[in-house]
Amino acid sequence: MSATNGLMTSSEYIKHHLQNLTYGQFPDGHWGIAHSAEQAKEMGFWALHLDTLGFSFILGSLFLAVFYLAGKNMTVNTPSGFQNFIESIIDFVNENIRGSFNGNNPLVAPLALTCFIWIILMNTMDLLPIDLLPKIASWIGVDYLKVVPTADPNATFGMSLGIFILMIYYSIKEKGAGGFASELAFHPFGKVMLPVNLLLEGVGLLAKPVSLALRLFGNMYAGELIFILIALFPYWIQWSLSLPWAIFHILIVLLQGFIFMTLVIVYMDMAHQKEH
Amino acid sequence: MNINATLFGQMIMFAMFTWFCMKFVWPPIVAAMEERKKRIESGLIAAERGLSEHKEAQQKAQEMLNQSKDQASEIIANATKQASNIVEDAKGVASQEAQRIKTQAQTEIEQESQRVRNELKDQVSGLVMQGVRSVLGKEVDAKTHQGMLEKLSQTL
Repeated sequence: MSATNGLMTSSEYIKHHLQNLTYGQFPDGHWGIAHSAEQAKEMGFWALHLDTLGFSFILGSLFLAVFYLAGKNMTVNTPSGFQNFIESIIDFVNENIRGSFNGNNPLVAPLALTCFIWIILMNTMDLLPIDLLPKIASWIGVDYLKVVPTADPNATFGMSLGIFILMIYYSIKEKGAGGFASELAFHPFGKVMLPVNLLLEGVGLLAKPVSLALRLFGNMYAGELIFILIALFPYWIQWSLSLPWAIFHILIVLLQGFIFMTLVIVYMDMAHQKEH
Repeated sequence: MNINATLFGQMIMFAMFTWFCMKFVWPPIVAAMEERKKRIESGLIAAERGLSEHKEAQQKAQEMLNQSKDQASEIIANATKQASNIVEDAKGVASQEAQRIKTQAQTEIEQESQRVRNELKDQVSGLVMQGVRSVLGKEVDAKTHQGMLEKLSQTL
């Protein structure tokens, strides 16, 4: 847990912690894992962040496994503590949907639940000691490891673009292509101002996935960065900063999951609304 | 910002997770919860029904009790009335009987006294005849003195 370890300077330490474990094609043509930020950059667009993919997959699988087992062992009679916990989450999600979603779509509730729990789990990775997993990884020869998938815009945009596709799909399905187009073209100023309408509504539509992704990414990236900065302090003072920040961060972890879920529900509701 | 192909990986993963959640995770949990909700609901309804049934039964029992009380008092009143009727009847019958016995006794007494009187008359007339005979010293011819005798016996 210290920046003074090894021969790194502070800025190198920060940069190191903000670098994903990247797999891609080197300029000379062969595929492999980048050993420096420069190499990762040279790989261009067609590269994969193995840490983001790996952690988000593990956490998503964990979420599904736990809930799947809970669903399998559900009892209609007096539920156990664990089942109560699962049920309270389901109830919470259901209540949000009842409050904000007026359509009838069996996809929305599982979608909201997946967003909620997956994001909370990915955010929670931020609460692990900042150097714990990267240090362990370095012992087995992995140079870079970013453990918080939601601090990688690929993860947040991956989710928000998925939501965006669903929004467009259900808008067209529920309102018809014409209905969706007229919603974009004839609001809010009527037919005369069509270009202005298109501009406003188009920006509004595109802003949804972008803001959804950037809000989550920004929060988690900033939170992680502050943990990294705290880790630059001498070890005996770190706890006095990282402890309050971690406690505060618990709130952010849950809040961001909740906000993301709520917005997903609201956006899906908008896509299902026939009258503008 | 470092966007690359990871984006597609994340999108595919997100889609897979959501699909799995929709297919295998959400339905059983919600189904069990719904089932419990229904069970509790029906339990509450049954409890309410039991309560109202109990109330009804209580009411019925009270009604029956009241009814039987009424009936009992009616029966008692009837019985009292009947008893007094019987006593009255008996009284009437008894006094009639007494009257009857009395009149019978009276007639009997009258008849007896008549009979005794007649007997006495006969005896007196016999005695008179005997006395007369002995006074006259000779047999009184009953045939010849029949008329006189009869007159005599009638005056007695």
